[in-house]
Amino acid sequence: MRVFVPCDSAAISVGADEVADAIAQLDPSIEIIRNGSRGALWLETLVEVDTPTGRIAYGPVNPENVQSLFDADFLNGGSHPLFLGKTHEIEWLASQDRVTFARVGIVDPLSLDDYRAHGGLIGLRKAIKLSSDALINEVTESGLRGRGGAGFPAGIKWRTVAQSYGSQKYICCNADEGDSGTFADRMLIEGDPFTLIEGMTIAGIAVGATQGIVYLRSEYPYAIATLQKAIDIARQSDWLGSRVLGTTNSFDISIRVGAGSYVCGEETAMLESIEGKRGVVRAKPPLPAVEGLFGQPTVINNVLTLSTVPMILAEGAATYKARGVGRSLGTQVFQLAGNIARGGIVEKAFGITLNELVNTYGGGTLSGRPLRAIQIGGPLGAYFSTAHMDTSMDYESLIAAGGMLGHGGVVLFDESVDLAIQAKFAMEFCAIESCGKCTPCRIGSTRGAETIDLIIQGVRVDENKKLLLDLCEVMTDGSLCAMGGLTPLPVKSAMLNFPSDFNGVRR
Amino acid sequence: MKYSPWSEDAARVLLATLSDEKGPVLMALQLMQKEFGYVDKACVELIANYFNKSRADVHGVLTFYHDLQTTPPTQHQISICVAEACQAVGARELSSAMKAKFADEVKDAYCFGNCALGPAAMVDGKIIGRATLAKIEKART
Repeated sequence: MRVFVPCDSAAISVGADEVADAIAQLDPSIEIIRNGSRGALWLETLVEVDTPTGRIAYGPVNPENVQSLFDADFLNGGSHPLFLGKTHEIEWLASQDRVTFARVGIVDPLSLDDYRAHGGLIGLRKAIKLSSDALINEVTESGLRGRGGAGFPAGIKWRTVAQSYGSQKYICCNADEGDSGTFADRMLIEGDPFTLIEGMTIAGIAVGATQGIVYLRSEYPYAIATLQKAIDIARQSDWLGSRVLGTTNSFDISIRVGAGSYVCGEETAMLESIEGKRGVVRAKPPLPAVEGLFGQPTVINNVLTLSTVPMILAEGAATYKARGVGRSLGTQVFQLAGNIARGGIVEKAFGITLNELVNTYGGGTLSGRPLRAIQIGGPLGAYFSTAHMDTSMDYESLIAAGGMLGHGGVVLFDESVDLAIQAKFAMEFCAIESCGKCTPCRIGSTRGAETIDLIIQGVRVDENKKLLLDLCEVMTDGSLCAMGGLTPLPVKSAMLNFPSDFNGVRR
Repeated sequence: MKYSPWSEDAARVLLATLSDEKGPVLMALQLMQKEFGYVDKACVELIANYFNKSRADVHGVLTFYHDLQTTPPTQHQISICVAEACQAVGARELSSAMKAKFADEVKDAYCFGNCALGPAAMVDGKIIGRATLAKIEKART
């Protein structure tokens, strides 16, 4: 008898380890498989039982429920207040279009056999038969754009690296997922790390890089441990090393752990950090694709970008790009977070509306109080009001609406939120995390927080609002990277969409 | 968490494991903190000499990253996420209450990637979701 209990750190945070222990204690003959999370995080700990007709789910289970699950004969799908039916028929999951997250929650993250049985390595096997040119064409043709936030076409970046000369090219995976409200990189690494390794191997073969580095943040200790184990397993098989799947291609991966710095998610600061230095942003050009890590041509892609590549090769570019709208092709792994009733991972084709994400999937606020604000795209993303619920969730529509998609995080706030306080926090966060290179970011952020404080206190409100907008313009135009350049986005969108919070009178 | 008492000889043995790494300074500082719980002030000169860097280079890295600390750790280490998604479910108030109760054991952090089950905290390396004072207290013992 097999029972699945997630090892995802979100599940562990609400007692998954204790649930697994309790099940093992009550029946030591049960084989407990620690899978990734299905992504319906409000149902964690989601316990699944393998039955002849498919996996049957119970959730949210806490350690105190376990005895009653046995009493209800859950091993044979018995009825219980936490019974959810067949996992793949749960509407919240069944209605999604899982591509990048196809295996997360289904497989044992560290079983290569499981990985192969669920379509793993099909992409890489196709890739090793293609020429570099054909391989990069396939990725370009799919329309895949950078999922870290910038949205740059992945194939074009790869082409630049392939055409650049270097004695040691690198594939750098940016897993410094610092945006509040985002956790897809973490869940993929904890739930299906081989997919990332496969994507990086394909990228290496495509551009002629033999060394891959994953820059993984220290705040993700569970992901670090899982990825290291997965790399070791891939090395022990015929995958990573000097003869990738028996070919003459060589590729290996190492992990570099971050040290608690948000700005190191910016690609050039990340390179500095991997080189062991202060995470200070570099001026561009030269582009990292030409002169990146240790001065060598470097592909820098986000976890989700690289992890989508195996699926694109397996299914074909045409199948992938048949999804989505306009220039936003394929699927986006949205992350629903904050004050939300049903938070978690929703992977859908671009073009789903904000309302569908927030209400149909998210179920509104956790507190049950009216929804007031939604921040999309992390700490540097805009605050939207409920007037924006029909916005199409894709790169271009969000820019047109005055925001950005970023890494796909959607954070809900109920009516108790004060947007002037949130705007002040945006400036404070920038002051704490600025690398210090550009004056508008380093000093402007502190002056910005002080100015918003004066507005909150009702001191010369109109004058200070004008000053704040002027400061925002200087930060936007005068900063090298998105840290200083986009901190004005949450500030200005809060002022625009919630003017009543900026009139000097507290709500 | 258990740490070794600071020892320069032990530190040298650890640094030798990084001889083949490119750009080892940050890794070296992280290794010191992992072993001894903090980066002793003697490490700056030690690492600078070992890897042929200036003391300013090492000091610069040491003071840039939030994770690196130069004073011995408290008995328990508690971090509370105070970023936006956790703010939306009361992290500011929880952070204040935790600091009042556990004093300098508590540090603010920005995101553990547990944003759908906030407030999120980390107690001695274990992640806590839907954190409350009671849950933190239980995990701390």
